[in-house]
Amino acid sequence: MVNKPPAPEQSKEQGPSQDADQEPLLQIRAVTKKFGDFTAVNDVNLDIHKGELFCLLGGSGCGKTTLLRMLAGFEAPSSGKIIIDGKDMSDVPPYQRPTNMMFQNYALFPHMSVEKNISFGLQQDGFSKSEISDRIDDILRLVELQDYKKRRPQQLSGGQRQRVALARALVKEPKLLLLDEPLGALDKKLREQTQFELMNIQDKVGVTFVVVTHDQEEAMTLSTRIAVMDQGKFVQIGTPTEIYEFPENRFIADFIGSANIFEGKVIETSANHLRIKTEIGHFDVEHNIEVSKGSHVYIGLRPEKIHLSKQAPEKKTENQILGVIDDIGYLGNTSRYKVRLENGRIIDVTAPNQVRPKNRTHHITWEDNVYIHWDASSSMLLNK
Amino acid sequence: MTDIGVFKIIPLRIRLAWTRFAGSIQSSWKTLVIWTPFFWLLIFFLAPFFIVAKISLAELVIASPPFSNMVQWVDGSVVTIRLVFDNFIYIFEDPLYARTYVNSLKIASISTVFCLLVGYPIAYGIIRSGPVAKPLLLFAIILPFWTSFLLRVYAWMGLLADQGTINSLLISLGLIETPIQMLYTEFAVYVGIVYTYLPFMILPLYANMEKLDSTLNEAAADLGSGPINTFFKITLPLTAPGIIAGSLLVFIPATGEYVIPDLLGGGNVQMIGRLLYNEFARNVDWPVASAVAIVLLLLLVLPMAVYQHYQAKSSEDT
Repeated sequence: MVNKPPAPEQSKEQGPSQDADQEPLLQIRAVTKKFGDFTAVNDVNLDIHKGELFCLLGGSGCGKTTLLRMLAGFEAPSSGKIIIDGKDMSDVPPYQRPTNMMFQNYALFPHMSVEKNISFGLQQDGFSKSEISDRIDDILRLVELQDYKKRRPQQLSGGQRQRVALARALVKEPKLLLLDEPLGALDKKLREQTQFELMNIQDKVGVTFVVVTHDQEEAMTLSTRIAVMDQGKFVQIGTPTEIYEFPENRFIADFIGSANIFEGKVIETSANHLRIKTEIGHFDVEHNIEVSKGSHVYIGLRPEKIHLSKQAPEKKTENQILGVIDDIGYLGNTSRYKVRLENGRIIDVTAPNQVRPKNRTHHITWEDNVYIHWDASSSMLLNK
Repeated sequence: MTDIGVFKIIPLRIRLAWTRFAGSIQSSWKTLVIWTPFFWLLIFFLAPFFIVAKISLAELVIASPPFSNMVQWVDGSVVTIRLVFDNFIYIFEDPLYARTYVNSLKIASISTVFCLLVGYPIAYGIIRSGPVAKPLLLFAIILPFWTSFLLRVYAWMGLLADQGTINSLLISLGLIETPIQMLYTEFAVYVGIVYTYLPFMILPLYANMEKLDSTLNEAAADLGSGPINTFFKITLPLTAPGIIAGSLLVFIPATGEYVIPDLLGGGNVQMIGRLLYNEFARNVDWPVASAVAIVLLLLLVLPMAVYQHYQAKSSEDT
């Protein structure tokens, strides 16, 4: 069948994650967590290096939050080890770990001012009064809340609370900052803005971040690496590009972004091309994987990698089919087309609206006959 | 014919009038709902209070009822209002009353502290218990109310008496030779009050702790705070409203408690409730009894009013 593809080239540029000689800051070794009969986290292994912004991505109930809580020390693994900065954390209670957490609901102390919330952690470490106030000033400047020192949490907006929570977790300069859905409670515009702020802050302070999120866009924007989780296991770990462009299996291809997936049979192999027979025809797939003739495979095709035209494409390509526009979703910047093929199969195609439509009507509309075609290198060969 | 059909036969004007009538009923319902608590307080609190206040300003006379009229007609045309402050002066001059007030407040305060010390961990334990145990435990807290209060006090008499259960047990175990006197001491009164009023401490504390966000404890731990520090810096301040509510619910009735000091304390423990009963029933001195009640009320209400005032002020500030 299909063997695992070798790590793609581009990841050399990803900086912090690739300092392979150094001991990883966080080592998760065969960690399992069971609640009664339910296995929340199932035999998970992971290394995270210093300076990474690592995302645990998955749907609800996939075990990502449980894993994060085990890193913070709120849950003890049923088996396995968590090693932070070379130290086994098995017997270390949360209040002695070199980690700090930003909670999903922020968990700000309602009876304390912003200043008191932030100084709470510093007081536990026995800093002098002047040092505490210096540090508070620095961190509030970083999150741009200098003027809100005396406010209570309930007097702040959602975005401000989020930044207080971040400041409170960061001010202790933890080795590992754990963020549980850090942007989940913000509205869309603010979330996009805050994503970049969060990246800037991480860049400035150089703390290693582990972020839990269910939002794939958030994970793609923020992280240096992503681990996609499902049913307590990692399905794939890689850079955003690896995860999106080189998904290992159908689950990933479908979970991250969207994909048209076909089942097929390899009928011809050559040096770097496969010819695959599917329900909608024969197609060329460029590959760098050993696949034997006659084996069963899946191919995935991202909607935005498919070209759509009313005329037959000039360059003769093998991967070309005729279809009818069944439905259009107009999103402004792009449009989503549902193209119905002869055998009834619907193909999703996304195209940018680069030209302003003349007479306020679009060039391609319902019931138009269209050609869809794509490069042999655009199709993704998938496992399972 | 359908109902709608019938309705259509009725002329429009009558239908409109009906709508208006229904609307006015609705708005008068609203008024009623808003005013109900005021009516209640007027009839069952304010009116009795003024009656007692009136009696406290009267003179003892041999009559039925045994006090003088406040409003009197003189010569058939002059109305005189007589306010007699003798009762209050008497209360302040006789040290027995001052001593009894202080003793009542002392016993109520100490009982409140014990209720808090016992009730707080119980409430916290109930909050932390599982989904099956929680309603059972709450039920168990309320369960004593299902038996008569008097019966429970008599049960304590049986437990604490010289020949009672506890003394017999200790003697049969050889720990003591002669019984320890527990009944008819202040100790017995404390036991009775703490036992009786404990649910009034636990329930408001429970209601308050129920709302407590447990992630705050995790956040404190995450920031390096050990369990004890977290309790004093986070849990305790956030449960303060429950502590205050529970303490008031214990302290106020405990101050005026009559049955417990009478049955468990005998003549040895003077509390204001017994004194009041003596004035009222034995001496049949209604005016002095009323004055005792009014002073007690002021003693309890004034500090609370001051507290409320500052509470409102400080919540305005933040």
